[in-house]
Amino acid sequence: MKRNGVAFWSGAAVFLAAVFAMTQVVGNQYPFFAGYVILQFIALAVAWSILGGYAGYVNFGTSAFFGVGVYTSVFLVSAFGAPLPLQILTGAAVGALMGFALGLLTLRMQGIYFSIATIALTIIIETTITNWRYVGGAAGIQIQRPAVTAPFDSYVQMLFFVQALLVVLAVAISRYIQNSWIGRGLQALRDDELAAECTGVPTLRLKLIACVISGALMCAVGAPAAMYLQYADPGSAFNLNYSVTTLAMSLIGGTAHWSGPIIGAIVLGTTQQFLTVTISSEVNVLVLGVMLVLFVVGAPEGIIGLVRKLRGNRKEGEA
Amino acid sequence: MTLSDIQSPLLRISALTKRFGGFTALHNVSVDIRPGERFGLIGPNGSGKTTLINCISGAFRTEPGTILFCDEDITLLQPHVRTRRGIARSFQIPRPFRSMTVAENLMVALDFAAHEHVSVTQRRDTMMSILNQMGLGSKANVSATQLSQVELRKMELARAMATHPKLLISDEAMAGLSSSEVDEVLDLLLSLASRDITIIMIEHIMQAVMRFSERVMCLDAGRIIAIGTPSEVMADQRVQEAYLGT
Repeated sequence: MKRNGVAFWSGAAVFLAAVFAMTQVVGNQYPFFAGYVILQFIALAVAWSILGGYAGYVNFGTSAFFGVGVYTSVFLVSAFGAPLPLQILTGAAVGALMGFALGLLTLRMQGIYFSIATIALTIIIETTITNWRYVGGAAGIQIQRPAVTAPFDSYVQMLFFVQALLVVLAVAISRYIQNSWIGRGLQALRDDELAAECTGVPTLRLKLIACVISGALMCAVGAPAAMYLQYADPGSAFNLNYSVTTLAMSLIGGTAHWSGPIIGAIVLGTTQQFLTVTISSEVNVLVLGVMLVLFVVGAPEGIIGLVRKLRGNRKEGEA
Repeated sequence: MTLSDIQSPLLRISALTKRFGGFTALHNVSVDIRPGERFGLIGPNGSGKTTLINCISGAFRTEPGTILFCDEDITLLQPHVRTRRGIARSFQIPRPFRSMTVAENLMVALDFAAHEHVSVTQRRDTMMSILNQMGLGSKANVSATQLSQVELRKMELARAMATHPKLLISDEAMAGLSSSEVDEVLDLLLSLASRDITIIMIEHIMQAVMRFSERVMCLDAGRIIAIGTPSEVMADQRVQEAYLGT
């Protein structure tokens, strides 16, 4: 266990160092624009998987959390000109509150009903923002980036690094949860909530923890997006694509292990970025659908499940 | 009067009623279960046996009525708190944690319901010793989905035992088993009872109820129609009517 921890944190340090080095060496801005989106989806998929994967509560409200993160920043910048770290922290706090509310919803709703309720949540919040003039209403709002601080040359490079930090944070939390009593309890309640409760698992408390952490991370990930795009409008901030893409990434990667959503997000995110540039941004939505169908039919446990199965087969073959 | 009669009861159910909309599933049920007792609960299908179990374990809220366990009112407690206080149950239709191995199923109970803070190694030892008692030692690392029906029943009992219960409720643990398997499970329950665990056994197999129980209660349409020694209850006119119809 301890050796795993050392390996994990060394990996994280190498990753952050590489990202930082990239911001210092690469001059072309495009890799940062594309890389930011991929990192953003890794963090979203990892955060989603805490509730959707470990606890089995399929949340279609990723776009609600993401959008609220975006608009938290929009509000803070227009009202106080708040700096980026404050935007992210406030986003996380608001997301935690939203997650808590979502957690209370799980008291009465399970399975498909919960998922539908999360879609409704997205629509309600989007409608509210659309009708709130102060943050731009339906027309959207332009945001001015402040001057970038050293050691970064451009704001996007800095955002790229910040998003990498959020990825490490999300993965570290997700990994911790999986290996702790919280993860074991969530796994039990995903299998059978009543049996878990009757075996001593405080199911409501665990669901609330999962919702709060997942929500806080998703909002925090959304917060820098306002600065990234320099523009926010309800239609794009609350776009259902965020929900579908995040869910697809987690499922394609596999939710049984913390690394699944990372793998899924890298595979799908890179493919999408590549297709957007080479063919068109419409094709990447099609590819997402096709890949999801292929995986649901061929490898319902995702890439992680596939690898485990192959390994298992090989072991049996040897024995 | 024996010593156990003057002891305070382990479980005291007073004037318990449970309604589902306009349907009264349990009507004014009152009963005391003594510490260490082997208590049989019988009744035709739909008579309210499982509803009563769900009320005791906390899956259902009751209104009105009170449940005292170890002299404390547990009527409003959540199921996991009751489990930690010492009420464990098995389910009529087994509900294993399907993504886990047999050992992991038990570890959930040991992780969450253990009464004292014990080390992981100790918990694993406890887990293995429970599995061995239940005859599941060789199945520890097998996925719960690969167990046979009788093994699933035993695993449910093992998982319940891992919560370190004072009261174990076995909800038709023998349903659908062959006669030799019924004897196997019955012997297990008797050996648990010999270790000072109070057991409430719901069962349709009369032979098993007669052999196991010190006292039997028969429910019909949510009411207690008879309570007493197994032979008294079997001889009761109303019990025979409830089972065979008039």
